[in-house]
Amino acid sequence: MNKLNFLKPDINNLSTYLYTGVVLVTLSIFIVFINSFFNKDLISFLPGTISFFLPLILGFIGLHLIRIDYSGLKFLDKVNKNINTNNFNAFLSLLIVFVIIKSLPPLLSWFILDANIAGDSKDVCTGSGACWTYIKIWFNRFMYGMYPNAEQWRINLSFIALAFLGTIGFFATEKFKKYLTLYYVVVYPVIAFFFIFFFISGGPIFFDFSYGIIAAVISIIIGFFIPSKFKMYYFIIVPITLYILLKYVFFYEELIELGKLEALEWVETGAWGGLSLTFIVSFFCLIFCFPIGLFLSLGRRSDFPIIKYFSIGMIEFWRGVPLITVLFMSSVMFPMFLPEDMFIDKLVRVIIAISLFEAAYVAEVIRGGLQALPRGQYDAAKSLGMGYWKMHILVILPQALKLVIPGIANTFLALVKDTPLIFVVGLLEIVGMLNLAKTNPEWLGFAMEGYVFASVLFFIICYAMSKYSYNLEQKYKTER
Amino acid sequence: MSDKIIQITEMNKWFGDFQVLKNINLEVEKNKKIVVCGPSGSGKSTLIRCINRLEEHQQGSIIVDGNELTEDTKDIEKIRAEVGMVFQQFNLFPHLSILDNCTLAPIWVKKMPKKEAEDLALQHLEKVQIADQANKYPGQLSGGQQQRCAIARALCMEPKIMLFDEPTSALDPEMIKEVLDAMVNLAKAGMTMIVVTHEMGFAKEVADEVIFMDEGMIVERAETKEFFANPKSDRTKLFLSQIL
Repeated sequence: MNKLNFLKPDINNLSTYLYTGVVLVTLSIFIVFINSFFNKDLISFLPGTISFFLPLILGFIGLHLIRIDYSGLKFLDKVNKNINTNNFNAFLSLLIVFVIIKSLPPLLSWFILDANIAGDSKDVCTGSGACWTYIKIWFNRFMYGMYPNAEQWRINLSFIALAFLGTIGFFATEKFKKYLTLYYVVVYPVIAFFFIFFFISGGPIFFDFSYGIIAAVISIIIGFFIPSKFKMYYFIIVPITLYILLKYVFFYEELIELGKLEALEWVETGAWGGLSLTFIVSFFCLIFCFPIGLFLSLGRRSDFPIIKYFSIGMIEFWRGVPLITVLFMSSVMFPMFLPEDMFIDKLVRVIIAISLFEAAYVAEVIRGGLQALPRGQYDAAKSLGMGYWKMHILVILPQALKLVIPGIANTFLALVKDTPLIFVVGLLEIVGMLNLAKTNPEWLGFAMEGYVFASVLFFIICYAMSKYSYNLEQKYKTER
Repeated sequence: MSDKIIQITEMNKWFGDFQVLKNINLEVEKNKKIVVCGPSGSGKSTLIRCINRLEEHQQGSIIVDGNELTEDTKDIEKIRAEVGMVFQQFNLFPHLSILDNCTLAPIWVKKMPKKEAEDLALQHLEKVQIADQANKYPGQLSGGQQQRCAIARALCMEPKIMLFDEPTSALDPEMIKEVLDAMVNLAKAGMTMIVVTHEMGFAKEVADEVIFMDEGMIVERAETKEFFANPKSDRTKLFLSQIL
């Protein structure tokens, strides 16, 4: 048997060191575990300070003993390499494990063990845990705001339809792949617009929605007989013309008068709210701020002084003011400058305001990507006879945008998390609804549950977006 | 003379206060191969970039194929489409495959049908012997292959003039030959070429005339044999003695 030197473990007495170390570490974790979960202090016979630090000391010595390089045991080597490389790291690892063990019981009991979800009034919430009943009762409001219960199917249907239309790209066959960009950039937002503003909003303008659908269907059918050369123009011009014809020339008056179609009940935007409003605001702001930002970034690099200084002015202005003041002004100041009889919906104003605000950030992110491209790319494109737009669309932007996907994702995430600020103009999306519910005299004292609920929802949305941006990055990665 | 495809008269260019090109007079006839040489910083690259109007000149006139290059940019894309250019750093588009690099401009600038453009591209890629790499991305190719692709890309626009801006300077010695071979073949096919290069072997083999530039001026212009056999100016002699 070799001499044991506990200050310097080596491979010769591997099993001795290993067993002693493992026993010590296990013991230390066991002490903390018992203390934390069963509230029993196994080492209370020791003086206060020592009993407090004993698990840490035991674990620390244990980890020191098992720190043997090239032991030949795969698991041990892995542990040593990842969490036990030196004394300091061993100390940190232990501390983290202890903190997790310590914090689990209170979290568990608050979230699950002592929580209530049964019943339908706050009387059931007697325990010390969370009152999920509160979320359950208010769930409908958190999702739909003040939208009338009987009409909520319109929101559900719209969102399901839009979600379905949004995933069409994954099922597109090779033949239709080349139209996907056009679809997502032009067609999809237009469809979404129709759904949201005519279907969810309802009222007499619901007819517009049906005209839109009729126009789209007719134009698609005619589209099959149009030579492919004109298709691009065709799909922009014809649906709009048809729509205008349908609305103003053929149908409108007759249908209303004859009462052949019963209009959907009108729900004004002030009643919209909850998570669905979060989605609506985020969706349109994302769609609008990107092209605006793109043009601002190109404009800032333009040779024409007017365009250049206009872009710089826009970017610096919107970056220089806080979002909350922008929203406030869009709601309070802006209508003062409009003619008396002109009225723009509050929600529309808010969406425009946030879009312009975020566009300034998007513009600067994209400009970063444009500047990262070597000048040779511009030279090569020009020398092949490409003009400004061809050069940018075919050569420069595909590369620049690929570079700035992380930055754009960053801005978009910030945008989604900025939407709660629209409460300043009286629009209550999910956090706004929480604040409202919080002050309801029947339900005082459940703010915590509400905020946890909202955090979880926001985390799911934002994490999904961040994952998606990461996938995009991988998809467009080509070797340079 | 109608077969003068490039006419440069009394051309001057400044970068800020610094005059890079001084009083350049140059005429190039159709199907001629001109090699431009000289020490670095002498304005060779700037000169041929001016012919493509990647740089703007401030004085004098440049007439390419009967069109004068001026501030009026209406026709500049048409002129550029007729002048192919190959760069020192290749400048392939890294987000497109080799084939797409070659077909991009014919499809979008010349409005050529895709199938036709691909056939043309493969034909030119075959000529520079990288047709088998057509579906790879530029990042997967060696420097020599990238430069040959860049030549094919320029040729796909079927230009009347080809400009080469130090095409072999960024390459390994071993790869220089494959690029030069492609250029020699092109010269033999009768293309009008202006080549900025330090490869004197190439100059001797294909050039009709050699231009020597120093400090923004054309110091000497002579027939190739004459240029190497008995250079007139002392500056040329010094340059040749160092490079050969």
